Amino acid sequence: MKRVAVVGVGQTKFDEHWEKSLRDLSTEAGAKAIQNAGIEGKDIEALFIGNMSAGRFVGQEHLAALSVDYAGLTPIPATRCEAACASGALAFRKAYLSILSGEYDIVMVGGAEKMTDLKGTDAIATLMGAGDQEWESATGLTFVALYALLTQAYMKKFGLTREELALVPVKNHKHGLNNPNAQFNAEITVEDVIKSPLIADPLRLLDCSPITDGAAAVILASERVAKKFETPVWVLGSGQASDTLALHDRKSLTELLATKVAAKNAYEQAGLKPENVSVAEVHDCFSIAEVIAYEDLGFADKGGARKLLVNNETTIGGRIPVNTDGGLKLGHPVGATGIKQIIEIVKQLKGEAITQVKDAKIGLTHNVGGSGATALVHIFGKD
Amino acid sequence: MSYRGSIPLYWRLQKSKYNLIGKKCVVCGNVYFPPKNLCPKCRRKGKLEDFQFSGNGEIVSYTIIRVPPSGFERQAPYAVAIVKLYEGPNVTGQIVGDIDKVDTGKNVRMVFRRIYEDGKDGIIHYGFKFELVDDGTEK
Repeated sequence: MKRVAVVGVGQTKFDEHWEKSLRDLSTEAGAKAIQNAGIEGKDIEALFIGNMSAGRFVGQEHLAALSVDYAGLTPIPATRCEAACASGALAFRKAYLSILSGEYDIVMVGGAEKMTDLKGTDAIATLMGAGDQEWESATGLTFVALYALLTQAYMKKFGLTREELALVPVKNHKHGLNNPNAQFNAEITVEDVIKSPLIADPLRLLDCSPITDGAAAVILASERVAKKFETPVWVLGSGQASDTLALHDRKSLTELLATKVAAKNAYEQAGLKPENVSVAEVHDCFSIAEVIAYEDLGFADKGGARKLLVNNETTIGGRIPVNTDGGLKLGHPVGATGIKQIIEIVKQLKGEAITQVKDAKIGLTHNVGGSGATALVHIFGKD
Repeated sequence: MSYRGSIPLYWRLQKSKYNLIGKKCVVCGNVYFPPKNLCPKCRRKGKLEDFQFSGNGEIVSYTIIRVPPSGFERQAPYAVAIVKLYEGPNVTGQIVGDIDKVDTGKNVRMVFRRIYEDGKDGIIHYGFKFELVDDGTEK
């Protein structure tokens, strides 16, 4: 099979950008990616953009057209992809497939979300659009609450303690301490986490990803074109899977089946196993999500995630460092997150990351939509 | 948010939300709540009919929501649980009463309650919630 590579990356700071609009953020990230790739705007043949809910966050639909318009890239085709918080990775996969199809050689993939134009409770309600609007949201459920339901079930079944769960945000904040694009740069302790305000029991404020504005973009190139670039980072595997939209329809509340299937497909395509992965960006929207992801991605056996955490195996310097840029806890503009994860892995493989994993060879990204109704896993490597 | 004030949306779900009426596939015997219009097992060969659930069930997992979405501000803190209905399916619903007594494994039964008020002028939405049976301890 022909290959596809990432040849350029760019992102805005993930922050509360009160002074910037969605179109400002998209254009900024795209321009940075073009500059990083060393190409010109006219070289781009198509654009894919991941975005969850511009229609409700800022009242703007038709975002793909707006993005090429403001980037001065008309009349190239532009497509918006939506899978809630997995919109970014979904756009990436669609762009990847469009190159594999032979249609294009150079494609831009963006992800963008502008969340802080709404007041907090409206943003929470908008995010709940990723769940089942008729049968979950209507009960007053929030997204934190969905993951709290998973947390209760997991803690009860596997005996994970509240303190052990707190190791996830503690680690990720430590990793992202010097990340210039992070919304927060602060070291926190287990005590800080377990004393932070309860949001949905047993999840507390510091277990939750924040509400964030931001955009991220990458340039993808076909094998023929990518070989002309200095250090192409190759897509070795791309997996996508779905599960029931509502959490109550799942057979198990201690795993995300969509992640397991997406990971299996990505590993098979890449001809790799979980133990081959040197660094991973996993979807830690809430602390429990990272714990479950360790197991669903094959980094630990079922129930074995706590051991990885307690033994610092997913901390920088450990066996499989996870979320070296700080993960979603340090900013989660939902549509942009999947692309930002890919950017961190590309930087890791090129040796350009802020919190660099020594000699990283294989990187993995894991992006989840909703409470696990969509999952995408991508695996990357270099020549 | 405007969609939640939608009258047609609540009107068409009324039967299920008021009385816990779901579906049963007469071909495979599976029961579904929330209702579906296609049996996922039998697909086009299936035949779905209305099915009345008893409203009795057990808490599978729960949480206490302290930071609510818009429209639920006045209710917080409140308990929401995934309840395994006696007949099989799981459903999400609020647990009324003392939030400190809510726990996994406790028995619950359906109650009819006010769910949401669409501001001062909008309609009031009613539907099912659950309450702990007796003291809710497992039998």
